[in-house]
Amino acid sequence: MQKLPDDTGHFGGFGGRYVSETLMPALLELETAYARIRRDPGFKRELRGLLSEYVGRPTPLTLAERLSDELGGARIWLKREDLCHTGAHKINNTIGQILIANRMGKKRIIAETGAGQHGVASATAAARFGLECEVFMGAEDVRRQALNVFRMKLLGAKVRVVESGSRTLKDAMNEALRDWISNVESTYYLIGSAAGPHPYPMLVRDLQSVIGREARAQMRKRTGRDPDAVIACVGGGSNAIGIFHPFLEVPGVRLVGVEAAGHGVSTGSHAATLSAGTCGILHGARSFLLQDELGQVREAHSISAGLDYPGVGPEHSWLRESGLASYETATDEEALAALDRLSRTEGIIPALETAHAIACAIRLAPTMPRSAILLVNLSGRGDKDMETVATARGVTLRGETPAPVASPVAGRSDA
Amino acid sequence: MTARARAAESEPATASEGRLARRFAMLRERDEAAFVPFVMSGDRGLDTTATLLDELVEAGADVIELGVPFSDPMADGPVLQRAATRAISAGTTLPRVLELVVEFRRRSDVPIVLFGYANPFFRYGPERLADAAAKAGVDAILCVDTPPEEADELRLPLRDRGLDMIFLLAPTSTPARIRRVLSVAGGFVYFVSVAGVTGVKTADPGAIEALVSRIRRRSPVPVGVGFGISTPGQARDLSRFSDAVIVGSHFSKIFEDASDDAEAVREVVRSARELKAATRRRTSP
Repeated sequence: MQKLPDDTGHFGGFGGRYVSETLMPALLELETAYARIRRDPGFKRELRGLLSEYVGRPTPLTLAERLSDELGGARIWLKREDLCHTGAHKINNTIGQILIANRMGKKRIIAETGAGQHGVASATAAARFGLECEVFMGAEDVRRQALNVFRMKLLGAKVRVVESGSRTLKDAMNEALRDWISNVESTYYLIGSAAGPHPYPMLVRDLQSVIGREARAQMRKRTGRDPDAVIACVGGGSNAIGIFHPFLEVPGVRLVGVEAAGHGVSTGSHAATLSAGTCGILHGARSFLLQDELGQVREAHSISAGLDYPGVGPEHSWLRESGLASYETATDEEALAALDRLSRTEGIIPALETAHAIACAIRLAPTMPRSAILLVNLSGRGDKDMETVATARGVTLRGETPAPVASPVAGRSDA
Repeated sequence: MTARARAAESEPATASEGRLARRFAMLRERDEAAFVPFVMSGDRGLDTTATLLDELVEAGADVIELGVPFSDPMADGPVLQRAATRAISAGTTLPRVLELVVEFRRRSDVPIVLFGYANPFFRYGPERLADAAAKAGVDAILCVDTPPEEADELRLPLRDRGLDMIFLLAPTSTPARIRRVLSVAGGFVYFVSVAGVTGVKTADPGAIEALVSRIRRRSPVPVGVGFGISTPGQARDLSRFSDAVIVGSHFSKIFEDASDDAEAVREVVRSARELKAATRRRTSP
C-alpha cells in the first residue's frame, strides 16, 4: 500500500498545508524535527516509558459480555482508552507531542479543545514537563464542560474563552491558530485531533496508533484472530484513526467511523461531516466540511462537545473516498441511549463522544452471527458529561450552591 | 457586459502589461509608493462599498484590496473578524463582490485585488473564478491561507487569463521561503509587517527595513507592506523602502465606530487622503 501522506502532506486529494505564509516556516520546522525525532531511540524509549508508567498503557481489552448477550449477535470487545490517565485517549498524543516540543526547545504550549479532554491532556502533559500551557475553548463548551475547565486550571493551565463564531471547537481552533501566528517562534501548537495542516494529521495518527497496535495484539491473543469490524466515533477523528490504522492492511476487517447526527442528518443540525458534507478547506487542510454553497462554514451540532466540529481529519476523507473505511452516524438520542445501556449492562459509563460508537455497535451486533467480533474504541469515560446527560433528562444535579470554601487552587485564568 | 469586461475577455493581457504593472510603473516615475486601502466588501452593505470605492479613488487610492468575507478568517484579528461577520450578515457573497467590480470598472481604472480565504475561492471553482474575475475586471487575487505549495490550482488558471496571484512574506520567512515565494510571485509581494494577525500589533518600520529591502532587491515584482499600519508617519517611513503601503483594519475600525454610513465613508476618506499624501516621496534619497 502507498505510504500516506505523501511528501507534500496530502492523502490523495486531501490534506496539505493551507495556512498563512507566517506559519509555513514553523510547519516545515516541525516536519523536519519530527522526521528526525521519530527515529531517535532516546525519544522512543522515553515515550514508551511514559506511556506505560504515566499514562497506564497498555489499556485493557474488555469483553462486553452482558451487552453482547443482550443483543444476541456479534461479541463486542472494548478497547479501554477510558482507563488512560486523564480519562481518554487524548493523552497518548499530548505526551508524544510534548516530548517533541521539548526537544524543539519550545517553552510555551497552546492547544484547542472541544469537550475539554484534549485541553486536560495538554495541561497534564505540560504540567508533567513544567511548560507553560494555554488552552483555547469555545464559550459554549466552557459552559457544558465546566468540570474539565476546572481540571485544566487546577493543572496550572490558562483557559482562554473564545467568544467568536459558534463559540465551539471550530472557533477555539481559529483562535489557537491566531495565537500561534502571533507567537510562532516561542510557541508549540499542540493540535489534539487528526486535523490541521501537515504534519499534524500524520503526527497525531502516528502517536494514536498505539491504540490499534495494542488492540490487535490483545485481540489475537484472546480470540486468536482479528475482529470483523472496528468501530470508533469521529469528530476530528484522532481516536478513530488511531485504532483504524494498524488494521488498514489487514484483509477482512471492516473499519467503521461513527459521526454525530445531532438532531438527525435531515434536520441540518448535526456534525456528520463525511456523511453529509462536501470537500472544502478549513484549519489548514482540504477535507470534508459542513459548508454552504458559497464556502461559508456551517455551524455543527452535537450533544457531545468533542464531536461538535464541522470539519474532519483529512485522512478520514481519504479513507472514505478510497472505500477503505465507511462512515455511519448516530443521533444525540441514540448516543444517550447507548450511554445508558453500556452503563447498566457493563458498569462502564462512556463519554458522550464514545457513546456514538457504542450506538453503532448496538445497531450492528444483532445483524451479525454470534461468532462475529466487533472491536469498539472506548475512547473516553463519561464523568465529564454527567451534567449534560442529567440536563437531557430534565434532572438538576445541583440544588443550592454550597457556601464557597477557601480554595487552595491558584489556577491562572481569564475565564 | 461592459465594454471593458468584453475587452478583458477578448484580450487576455499578460501580467506584465496589466493594470497593476502599469500602475506601479507610473508610481515609480512619480516617485511615490502605492497607497493600497483594504475594504471589506459589504461592510455596511454593498451599496456603501460601491460609494466608498469611488471616494477612495478620489482620495488617491492607487490599488484597492477588496475583501471577500469568510466565516473563519484565521489570519485576522478581532476588527476584521467582525467586519467579515457584518458583511456575511448583510448578504455579501463572492458573486456579488464580482458584480461590484463590474460596476466599478465602468467608472475607474484603479487596479482591484480580491483578498480572501481559500475556501470561498476554491468552492466557487478555480477555473470559474479565474473566468469571472477576468471578465469583471479584477487584476489579482490574494488568498491568505494558500502558500505557493498549494497555489497552482488557482494560480495557473489566473495566469492563463492575465491575472496575478499575490503571495505573502512575513518576518518569520526564512531565505528558503523568500526564494520559494518570489519564484511564483505575481502583481506584488505582500510583506506582513508583524508576526501576528491583522490589526493587533503595530508595525514598526525600523524593525523590518532591512528584511524588506533584501526582499525588494531579489523580487521580480514590487514589494508592499501591510498589517498594523494606521498613521501617516508609518506610511511615510514605509514608503522610503517599500513599493506599497497597505491599510486595512484601521479603516474597518472607522467603519465599525461610525454612527452612520455617510460618516463612515467620510472618516475613511479623510484618513485615506492623509495616508496617500504620506506615500509621496517628495525628497527622495
